Amino acid sequence: MYPAQFDYRRAGSVDEALGLLQEHEDAKLMAGGHSLIPMMKLRLAQPPVVIDIGRLDELKGISEAGGSVRVGSLTTHADIAASDVLAAHCPVFAEAAGHIGDAQVRNRGTIGGNIAHADPGSDIPPVLVLLGASVHLQSPSGTRSVAAGDFFQDLLMTDVGEDEILTHVDVPALGSGTGSAYLKFEHPASGYAVVGAAAAVTVQDGRCTAAGLVVGGVGAVPTTVDVSSLVGTDLSDDAIAAAASGLDAEDPIGDIFASGDYRVHVGKVYGKRALAAARDRA
Amino acid sequence: MARVLGTSIKRREDPALITGRGKYTDDLQAAGMAHAAIVRSPYAHARIRGIDTSAAEALPGVLAVLTARDVAAAGIPGVVPVGWLLPDLKTPAHPMIAADTVRHVGDAVAVVVAEDRYLARDAAERVAVDYEPLDAVADVVAALEDGAPAVHEDAPGNVAFDWEIGDRESVDAAFASAAHTVELDLRNNRLIPHAIEPRAVLASYDSSTGEMTIHMTSQNPHVHRLLMTLASLGMPEHKVRIVAPEVGGGFGSKIHHYADEAIVGLCSMKLDRPVKWTATRTETNLTDAHGRDHSTHCELALDADGRITGLRVDTAAAMGAYLSTFAPAVPTYLYGTLMSGQYDIPAIHCHVTGVFTHTAPVDAYRGAGRPEATYVVERLMHLAGEATGLGPVEVRRRNFVPPDAFPYQTQVALAYDSGNYGPAMDRALEMIGYDDLKTEQASRRGNGGKLIGIGFSSYIEACGLAPSAVVGSLGAQAGQWESADVRVHPTASVTVYTGSSSHGQGHETTFSQIVADKLGIDPEAVEVIHGDTDLVQFGMGTYGSRSAAVGGSAIVKSVEKIIEKGKKIAAHLLEASAEDLEYEDGSFRVAGSPDRALALGDVALQAYLAHNYPDDLEPGLSATSFYDPANFTYPFGTHVCVVEVDTETGSIELLRYAAVDDVGNVINPMIVDGQLHGGLAQGIGQALWENAVYDDSGQLVSGSLMDYAVPKIHNLIPFELDRTTTPCPHNPLGVKGVGEAGAIASPAAVVNAVVDALAPFGISHIDMPLTPEKVWRAVNS
Ligand SMILES: Cc1cc2nc3c(=O)[nH]c(=O)nc-3n(C[C@H](O)[C@H](O)[C@H](O)COP(=O)(O)OP(=O)(O)OC[C@H]3O[C@@H](n4cnc5c(N)ncnc54)[C@H](O)[C@@H]3O)c2cc1C
Repeated sequence: MYPAQFDYRRAGSVDEALGLLQEHEDAKLMAGGHSLIPMMKLRLAQPPVVIDIGRLDELKGISEAGGSVRVGSLTTHADIAASDVLAAHCPVFAEAAGHIGDAQVRNRGTIGGNIAHADPGSDIPPVLVLLGASVHLQSPSGTRSVAAGDFFQDLLMTDVGEDEILTHVDVPALGSGTGSAYLKFEHPASGYAVVGAAAAVTVQDGRCTAAGLVVGGVGAVPTTVDVSSLVGTDLSDDAIAAAASGLDAEDPIGDIFASGDYRVHVGKVYGKRALAAARDRA
Repeated sequence: MARVLGTSIKRREDPALITGRGKYTDDLQAAGMAHAAIVRSPYAHARIRGIDTSAAEALPGVLAVLTARDVAAAGIPGVVPVGWLLPDLKTPAHPMIAADTVRHVGDAVAVVVAEDRYLARDAAERVAVDYEPLDAVADVVAALEDGAPAVHEDAPGNVAFDWEIGDRESVDAAFASAAHTVELDLRNNRLIPHAIEPRAVLASYDSSTGEMTIHMTSQNPHVHRLLMTLASLGMPEHKVRIVAPEVGGGFGSKIHHYADEAIVGLCSMKLDRPVKWTATRTETNLTDAHGRDHSTHCELALDADGRITGLRVDTAAAMGAYLSTFAPAVPTYLYGTLMSGQYDIPAIHCHVTGVFTHTAPVDAYRGAGRPEATYVVERLMHLAGEATGLGPVEVRRRNFVPPDAFPYQTQVALAYDSGNYGPAMDRALEMIGYDDLKTEQASRRGNGGKLIGIGFSSYIEACGLAPSAVVGSLGAQAGQWESADVRVHPTASVTVYTGSSSHGQGHETTFSQIVADKLGIDPEAVEVIHGDTDLVQFGMGTYGSRSAAVGGSAIVKSVEKIIEKGKKIAAHLLEASAEDLEYEDGSFRVAGSPDRALALGDVALQAYLAHNYPDDLEPGLSATSFYDPANFTYPFGTHVCVVEVDTETGSIELLRYAAVDDVGNVINPMIVDGQLHGGLAQGIGQALWENAVYDDSGQLVSGSLMDYAVPKIHNLIPFELDRTTTPCPHNPLGVKGVGEAGAIASPAAVVNAVVDALAPFGISHIDMPLTPEKVWRAVNS
């Protein structure tokens, strides 16, 4: 578990980091280092240069404006889990962050690193997709944003370009009458999600007006389940179970702990339970 | 003097360990120290066509790259030995560096020594080995099939040994007339020990004296020295010093002599410099001797009253690619001999085939053979409870060896010296509230919610290894006594030199309690030295729950000798007869004359001054003893596990775990409870999570902690512990040993609980680990 030789550079600003990225081919940005360093120790990643962006305060913090919450890419999972702003506007985001790893991991790991790494067992991606978040990227040629649903492309593959830094995510606040929940089926070894189900439902006058369910861990990227059948219903257990059973994954991922079939099954069960929990909180 | 034995004094080891001041092998620095990285086979089975070391050697800072050729050139034996021989055992050579064939992923093919460990790793990647991959077989059953790839030319059919115990014919007769029979095909899953400290070696050779000092992670430094002398390095025993500094757990995995310590020793000799190697976690998983890995068919016969009449067991036990130090003993003498459990079984037969596979070797791991035996017996007892309609409690009670039957001779060699099994079961039922649980279980079965299950395991173990003559006759190439040198200093403080080398158990605390109690002094006045072949007389080490029973008894023997000698000195000083002297509360007294007394310190001082001293006595107040136990010790108990099963996902939640153990007299209850907690965590881990999985090509797919699930604190629940006390009748402390009990009893308790929960689905068995997917599939099939 010793990484190959590499050079270490610490960036003092986003611009400097972007410059260093341009300068060094195959360089890797390091935020919390909690995914990058394990990969380097296993020698699965051997970047010649590591650019440490961990001290860029401009990329840290959580703020709300105009019905949307902005979370800087270097914000730690611990800060997200403990955020009053998120608790008020997107509680499911904070809830999911609180499920990540252990306290040490949450104190070091960042939202930007988490989604840029895009582990299929990550807790954050399904939540961002559920909430319709946008991911903001900056490169020497400017800034752009991409919908979370398009950001995750394949196993460990995202829409971050080689010359880009992820700066923040914007998450629309959940409206009134909306309940949300994240339920995690934890891998006993890694602690990552075997399956993680993020759900939100909005209820007005006893009727569902909007519902969403996104499940992580089943496919290479978060799987969105069409639960529109719930709209107009009273969110009975039966209606929820029927909606969640619509989970479908073309090519589910599997490992020695949980096969693809089983993940699909658990995705349905956890989807159902997450929807029910969201209903009970609405 | 307050009693010291039986009190939970705090572990004196802990302040240093908890504050990070413990010095483990990897913490040690030696002047001029270089670092080794071992090049390991990525293939489970391959021929080595050639090795090109030039690119590695060309890296600046690389000091040497050694291969099998260098081992041969060094003129040393160069083989890793096996220390337990069975009749007709196949013992193919285990070269310390593979010469022409590699036989498991992780087999050593070369070693790089460099100025720092990063460089050593980089250079190791540059050693180009030209492999010709060959077919491999990793599975213990597949390895026995016709045409399976051969692990060793000289072990046809991959059979290492074919062993049996008991009487086949009487068992056949029992089955022929049985009223009930139950049977089971089971796998005992392969486990990776996962000591928190990986194996490490710091070898320092000094060519000017020809002496080698090896600091290493060892549970038995003298045994390691002996094996390095007789095999591997072939060094004169008096020129080798082995030191085990703090050792961060072993669970058996640090008993064995591995190629690695010999390789690092050779590097140091070659370079005439200290060389350090510390296994990475990946290396640990690939090369530490694994545990268990059995495939077993077993059957139990009972009469119409539910009394057991016969037990038949047939096991294929994986040995891995080479025979590790005690590997052949584990699935035989530590397994077949335990098949009577707590029960009076008139006919038993157990047949075991030892099987070579292209995997890491398998050897002793916490419990070693006894968890596997307990699992067989206690799973069958669960089924017997169902088949007879007696239920799990009554079928056990009905078959317990009755308390008046001890000593009890089993049909499988062991003679249980003592036991009283009913009270442990009674207490466990009381603690768990069995009747209420049964009511709740029944009501849940009706309402479609999560199911609960209650599982029992009434275990026995043979530990306190072991009477030397007995183990010698069974194939051990070593004795199993223990030594203690107890020295009373002139000012009456004491140093104990014990051959029992601690690797986390708290020997320093426990042994000081023994001495303090016997001498009537403060435990703080007793120092305990262990783990250094230059300081300590020969010793056998720590494994098989033997330290208190055997090591502790050796200490008692030495203390008794010291008291006898002290009496002679005191008698001289008091002008009394030694026969009239008593030793109590730290003083020698003339019986019947309480004012005629001398404190231990007065006598000790005179023993060293020898100014006023008996003519016929040598000065000094110390004694060395070698204690060879008369029998094994036989801890036992009943554990009860309660689980909740979510049949929708197959997830299992532990609700309760009650353990009533009888480990004889208890020296330090806190340490005993701690041992149980650790053992239970590992046994529950085996039942629910842990699994070393090789794929068909012999790659270890669960090679990292991302895939191999060791139990974590949040996976466990508070354990409910209690004890009964049946002292061991044949050792002076009446202690039996507790290091392995938790790991031995618990897998069966957990699996029985889950199977009990799933009874409405007609499920009678699921192989460990009981992952949610397996449970879900069982429920849905
Ligand atoms: C023991 C352990 C347990 C864990 N358990 C969980 C868990 O249960 N659930 C879970 O979701 N995660 C888990 N994680 C992962 C954790 O959330 C990581 O923190 C996260 O995946 C990566 O964040 P990081 O800040 O450490 O990123 P780093 O490791 O620094 O970087 C990861 C990758 O992202 C890139 N990157 C980082 N920041 C940026 C940026 N701003 N712009 C562009 N690219 C960037 C890096 O170049 C690198 O490729 C665990 C990790 C560990 C070590």
